[in-house]
Amino acid sequence: MSTGILPPISARRRRTDRLMSGLFYAATGIALVPLLLIIGYLIKEGASQFSAAFFTTDPTGNFAGDIGGIRSAVLGTIEMVAIATLISVPIGIAVAIWLVEYGKRSKPAAIIRYLIDVMTGVPSVVFGLFIYVSLVETGIGGSGFAAWKGSVAISLLMLPIVARSSEVVLELVPNGLRESALALGAPRWRVIATVVLPTALPGLITGSLLAVARGAGETAPLLFTVQAAMGINFNLSERMNSLPLEIFNDVQSSNPAVVTRAWGAALTLVLLVLAITLLARIVAGRSRLKP
Amino acid sequence: MSDPKPLQDNPMTQDPDPLEPHTGESAAEDFASSEVPELVANDSEQAMPAGRRSHTITTQGLDAYYGDNHAVRNVTIEYAPNSVTSMIGPSGCGKSTVLRCLNRMHEEIPGAYATGDIRLDGMNLYAPDVDVVAVRRAIGMVFQKPNPFPTMSIADNVAAGLKLAGIRGADKDETVERSLIAAGLWDEVKDRLSHPGIGLSGGQQQRLCIARTIATQPNVILMDEPCSALDPIATLKIEDLIHELKRDYTIIIVTHNMQQAARVADLTSFFLQGELVEIGGTDQIFTNPTDSRTEDYISGKFG
Amino acid sequence: MTVEAGSVGERSMLERSPMARLPDRALRWILTALSFGILLLLVYFFGKLSLESVDVFQHQGILSFVFSNDWNPSKSQFGGLALLFGSVATALIALVIGVPIAVATAVFIVELCPSRLRSPLTILVELLAAVPSVVYGLWGVFFLIPRLRPFEQWAADTFSFLPWVGGPVAGPSYFIAGLILAIMIIPVVSAISREVISTVPTDHKEAALALGATRWEMIRTAILPYSRSGISGAAMLGLGRALGETIAVTLVIGNAAVIGHQIFDQGYSLAAVIANEFGEASAVPLYSSALFACGLLLFIVTLVVNGLARYIVSLGDIERRVERARRSERKSAAAPGGAA
Repeated sequence: MSTGILPPISARRRRTDRLMSGLFYAATGIALVPLLLIIGYLIKEGASQFSAAFFTTDPTGNFAGDIGGIRSAVLGTIEMVAIATLISVPIGIAVAIWLVEYGKRSKPAAIIRYLIDVMTGVPSVVFGLFIYVSLVETGIGGSGFAAWKGSVAISLLMLPIVARSSEVVLELVPNGLRESALALGAPRWRVIATVVLPTALPGLITGSLLAVARGAGETAPLLFTVQAAMGINFNLSERMNSLPLEIFNDVQSSNPAVVTRAWGAALTLVLLVLAITLLARIVAGRSRLKP
Repeated sequence: MSDPKPLQDNPMTQDPDPLEPHTGESAAEDFASSEVPELVANDSEQAMPAGRRSHTITTQGLDAYYGDNHAVRNVTIEYAPNSVTSMIGPSGCGKSTVLRCLNRMHEEIPGAYATGDIRLDGMNLYAPDVDVVAVRRAIGMVFQKPNPFPTMSIADNVAAGLKLAGIRGADKDETVERSLIAAGLWDEVKDRLSHPGIGLSGGQQQRLCIARTIATQPNVILMDEPCSALDPIATLKIEDLIHELKRDYTIIIVTHNMQQAARVADLTSFFLQGELVEIGGTDQIFTNPTDSRTEDYISGKFG
Repeated sequence: MTVEAGSVGERSMLERSPMARLPDRALRWILTALSFGILLLLVYFFGKLSLESVDVFQHQGILSFVFSNDWNPSKSQFGGLALLFGSVATALIALVIGVPIAVATAVFIVELCPSRLRSPLTILVELLAAVPSVVYGLWGVFFLIPRLRPFEQWAADTFSFLPWVGGPVAGPSYFIAGLILAIMIIPVVSAISREVISTVPTDHKEAALALGATRWEMIRTAILPYSRSGISGAAMLGLGRALGETIAVTLVIGNAAVIGHQIFDQGYSLAAVIANEFGEASAVPLYSSALFACGLLLFIVTLVVNGLARYIVSLGDIERRVERARRSERKSAAAPGGAA
């Protein structure tokens, strides 16, 4: 086709272009393979477990015979993550508000930002250890292992995620809105409460949900703070079952039925987390703030 | 239409320590001696059919900085009540910065600060015991880009000023209607007050922002290039509105558009490189400026 | 409610009662206090871990804890080098595998893929982050290890001339752990890279295309140089994430406290040792102190990696570059006149 005025592109350049585009395609495919493999494998191994009894009975702890379902693990995870959310979301958003509305580009704000990044990178197992020495070993709250301590450990993980994502969203609120509210003679707290937060709300929800998804899947911090229990327990100051721990314990069993239960629990956990993540995406899609 | 009165005779200027009202090089004497707006002549707050008596703003030796950038230098100017004063000049001449100093929005920018003296009818806006929130309540501002609050309906946007300022007990519906009428928007939106404010056209949004500003009953309205994002027809409506509004408010408008300054302003001030070059009656500035730099700018030699 | 001009007394108009000012101050203080609570928390956190680690440091010295290779709790020998090595080795393997894929994915999503595929692909890649680490670990143990073994053995035999490759293939290994970590860091690295790449100004891209560049040449000349530091920062954050990952690594690294010579050997990592041995250790003060020291070491590594990541990203921060250029210009211009 390259006739006349249009100079032809050299074959070598065209080949390189094709090759590189092909590599980019391939890499994206490779990135998605594990996701499909994992989900496929989970469904293959775990879906057979799904039954009414699986979700309505507690693990019995018996090595053989009736090993029970995962009801207490599901409820425990929900309860502990809910408490962790109640702790981490308000604090995380408050810190984000401080960073965006007050700290801005000051030195102290830079330090807090750095610390939040560091906190995001702190291994969850180290948070678990930390809560173990400061809350469990000392027997604070009248007992050793307790669900609320697990919630605190999870909230330490969630806090930086909430703070960081909220900060990004609050930064996206157009400055003109703040200025026009201030110019109307509004005190800063009212500007924040009636203009900034409502405008940023979908984004704040998204960030919080992503943090919840991360918190729900964490195992390591629970190992040293809650430990597992069999039955349902709504008492926050005692041991409580949870999905990640149930999986972690079951998979080490030598009874194949118990190992299979781990797969059922894993599929449940993944579905739970995926649902939260997708919900976060949908909320984000409604946001009026586009970066 | 425009009849500035001699500032020296203004009975409302109860300045405890009267300012030297003009910069040395300004031709202020010319405008000061020009005409007198009748509606300001009676000074009492009772029955002023023509409008409400608004306040004078004066700056004395105003310097403004962004960090170590000295953006405004030693500006001394007086904005007369119930009149429109325009500020013109090339980009970066400091006119918007001066405007933002007047209601202390300048200091919202990290690292920005101002020194000097700004007075609203003699009351120093930068005195230590003055509350910046109260300053902004008394001096409203309309921004370059129309920015209604995206989460609120049309009515809520207008009432937002009341809510944000914590004014209670006001009749919300009545305020909304009165402000929208004053902003010339009532007929266009009265049937869809509960629709979102961001659904309006650009020009309507800007008038909504003006309605929002006057709902809080400020005394002075600052306008920062309010028409620069609007089409000519919307611009014309806003300019008509500005004419209406000066019955009740002191209006200060920054504009890039010299024709606009000529159309709406009673007084025009010209800024260059952070300094006030001159201020005078709009006709005089545009036909017979004192300073050669003004003349060069007006005639399009630069800027 | 109106402020009538004439009725305004001196000053009263510009003041508010202290009561009215209170909420503003209160909010400011509360928010500031909460923010600095994070500082206090991390200081306390650091102090507590240090305190708990003192025992083992006194027992054999900090240097010996970090740099000697003899993790033998039953003989009270706590040399953590093999653990540190395992953490670093698996994280590096993860970077080598994960970062190119993640960056290529980001480029593909931003520049090459049809626009209607963009958001589904984004969501799919990010769903990788939604899979809990224990599930990754399980999948590694039951799926990846048995299926990859023949390939690993083949690779070990064929490429034995390469350093760190060869020998008999153990089931769990550095390689498997690194591979799983690579999958786990892909969403993080890819998300940040995508953000960085989408901030490349259209002008730059169009300038390259208008000069007759092919799409790949445009990517190479306009996009990658512009976003290099952002991508490096993303990789560092991925590194931090990989270093600290616990459960997945515990399940697939083999938990042998030795320094392996091949990537297909078994090993151990700092995080894994804590998760694995804490149960037995809690009864032995010195042992548990050693595990706290592992946690402390891990925290310090995280701190350094994050600091490094921030620094690298800041080098490429356009705003800062512009700011720097401006400042030097202002200095050279100096003198009067320059108002904004």
